[in-house]
Amino acid sequence: MTSLIEIENLKVTFRGDRDRTTHAVEAVSFDLAQGVTLGLVGESGCGKSVTALAIMGLLPKGSADVSGYVGFEGNNLLDLTDAAMRDLRGDRLAMIFQEPMTSLNPAYTIGEQIIETLVRHRAFTRTQARTRAIELLRDVRIPSPEMRVDEYPHKLSGGMRQRAMVAIALACDPQLLIADEPTTALDVTIQAQVLDLMRSLKEKTNAAIVLISHDLGVVAEICDEVAVMYAGEIVEHAPVDVLFKAPQHPYTIGLLASLPRLDRRVETLATIEGSLPDMSEIPQGCRFAPRCPFASEACVSHSPPIVDVGARHWSRCVKAPLEGIVA
Amino acid sequence: MSALLEVEGLTRHFVARRSPLGRPIATVKAVDGIDLSVQAGSTLALVGETGCGKSTVGRLILRLIEPMAGDIRFEGRRILTFGEKELRAFRREAQIVFQDPYSSLNPRMTVEELVGEPLALHNIVPASRRRDRVAELLSLVGLDARYSQRYPHEFSGGQRQRIAIARALAVEPKLIVCDEPVSALDVSIRSQVLNLLAGLRKRLALTYIFISHDLSVIKHIADRVAVMYLGRIVETAPADELFDNPRHPYTRALFSAIPVPQPHARRQRQLLEGDVPSPLSPPTGCHLHPRCAHAVERCRSERPALISDQTGHATACHRWSELSAMIGLTGQEASGPRLERLMSEFTRKSDVWAASRVDTLKSEGLAGASGRW
Repeated sequence: MTSLIEIENLKVTFRGDRDRTTHAVEAVSFDLAQGVTLGLVGESGCGKSVTALAIMGLLPKGSADVSGYVGFEGNNLLDLTDAAMRDLRGDRLAMIFQEPMTSLNPAYTIGEQIIETLVRHRAFTRTQARTRAIELLRDVRIPSPEMRVDEYPHKLSGGMRQRAMVAIALACDPQLLIADEPTTALDVTIQAQVLDLMRSLKEKTNAAIVLISHDLGVVAEICDEVAVMYAGEIVEHAPVDVLFKAPQHPYTIGLLASLPRLDRRVETLATIEGSLPDMSEIPQGCRFAPRCPFASEACVSHSPPIVDVGARHWSRCVKAPLEGIVA
Repeated sequence: MSALLEVEGLTRHFVARRSPLGRPIATVKAVDGIDLSVQAGSTLALVGETGCGKSTVGRLILRLIEPMAGDIRFEGRRILTFGEKELRAFRREAQIVFQDPYSSLNPRMTVEELVGEPLALHNIVPASRRRDRVAELLSLVGLDARYSQRYPHEFSGGQRQRIAIARALAVEPKLIVCDEPVSALDVSIRSQVLNLLAGLRKRLALTYIFISHDLSVIKHIADRVAVMYLGRIVETAPADELFDNPRHPYTRALFSAIPVPQPHARRQRQLLEGDVPSPLSPPTGCHLHPRCAHAVERCRSERPALISDQTGHATACHRWSELSAMIGLTGQEASGPRLERLMSEFTRKSDVWAASRVDTLKSEGLAGASGRW
């Protein structure tokens, strides 16, 4: 399996006022092969969106320092010029954002926004591009695409807008698609439709997808692999089946136990006590240790090792594998 | 058990557009003839998607919005006949917690002022004792009383929701309408607030109307569930019965649409076609018929009545008895013994740990000012 994209030691810090630096993302590494969907999960502020924006080169240069290696087609994306990145974005790299109302331009029709991409990257004529735009809208199952192509975003429902976003992202058959909470703003029945759509497009296009979500249910539905992030680090990475059956990091276990679920019944839900560490003053040792019920002295004094616990499965926990805890 | 709250034929339309002369030309039937009954000490959940009218129902029950028709009885008293004075007294018995703790708390007031305000308004506690009572209320919701001089922006989302809950509890209500109280919170924080609400209900014998779009949250907290679609209740049943045996095609579609954190879960997909229709011109007959795979001619012309069987499971569908049963999700245990053990160990150790930290707070007596609690 050759990887399409390889990320090593990605690190993002934001410079703030009075020499305060926020370490938003710390040493994130993963690789993705064609056709694989990776779920990036974690709670607000864990760095999952910043990771995505860093890969896409969309972080403001003035305040964000990005270092590490993002290998894509033999280049380190972090070294490319702005012009070279603009050639890649919308073409071989594409992104879907959470809020389709704010990420579509309200002053242009849906069609214009797809045509723009095709003309910019594929040297289509406007007529060709328009025909292709209608096809794309049909692909994402927007009813009567010949009419919708000339409508403005505000005329579409939330679900349709998100489909239009997907159509724009897929216009040039990207090899890597990053979807940042693509269904969070949608109602469940519409979310199910969009997830179905993404599942079928995934098979059709064979693109690698990074799906960012806080919803473990969504991740279980469409991802092949999952990386769980906490306080700027990936704490566990596993194939999807393994993550939900045999997680090996206490944070993952805490997340799973704190979910109210349709398929199990519990009196009291687990809670993860305490709160995220201040990202400008990261404590020594394991970042989750202050909130971890399994933590011991060693967790606070030393940075946790990355422990291989299975095929493509690792955990950033000194106690992994966790079998000892319940033995 | 007796009904604390009974609602009959509750209706509210909103004018969406007016002609230049001010005559209404388009109305939204936000709540279109709803019957509800809530037992004292129980939790009724209202579930549905954006725009189904569930929040409007919550506000109508508290008369934050005036209904156009229908009857609401609280402990047998007809609250729609209440004058200003009686309504004010009613506010001591029924409160609301809103979804977004970032906008529901006045940013210029300290926690003590926020929680103390209802005490002063209703003159519940003499001014000299108010500070102590605020401290009691804060510890009741798991907040340190030392933070009482801080402002809302200094707290996280979960903590702010605790402040909002303390403020609602200040008047010692019998009923609390919780309008999406955990939707804005992260999972680990959400579970804290859900546990808090469940604990408070038990301890203070509260009754909740819990409004949410999240069925897994509802399954966790509700005794009874009412499913709403475009202003009407389409199905209502005791929670366990509804989750084991959903009958209405819309309820089934909702259930099958929820992503379950269990890869390759065996489930029947029953996706609905298309979007929710515009509430300005809802479909005739059964509102669901244009999206429903089982719709027949009768569904297009005749509004199905909400008919209850002996067990209290009511369904508004002409055809539910002809449809084959849907396999509920309960009982498909996927976690396995190892993970179950790890999860319960996580829960147990976190609890022990949390308890040791708030012991000091809990040792204080919590007798309510009026002696009720």
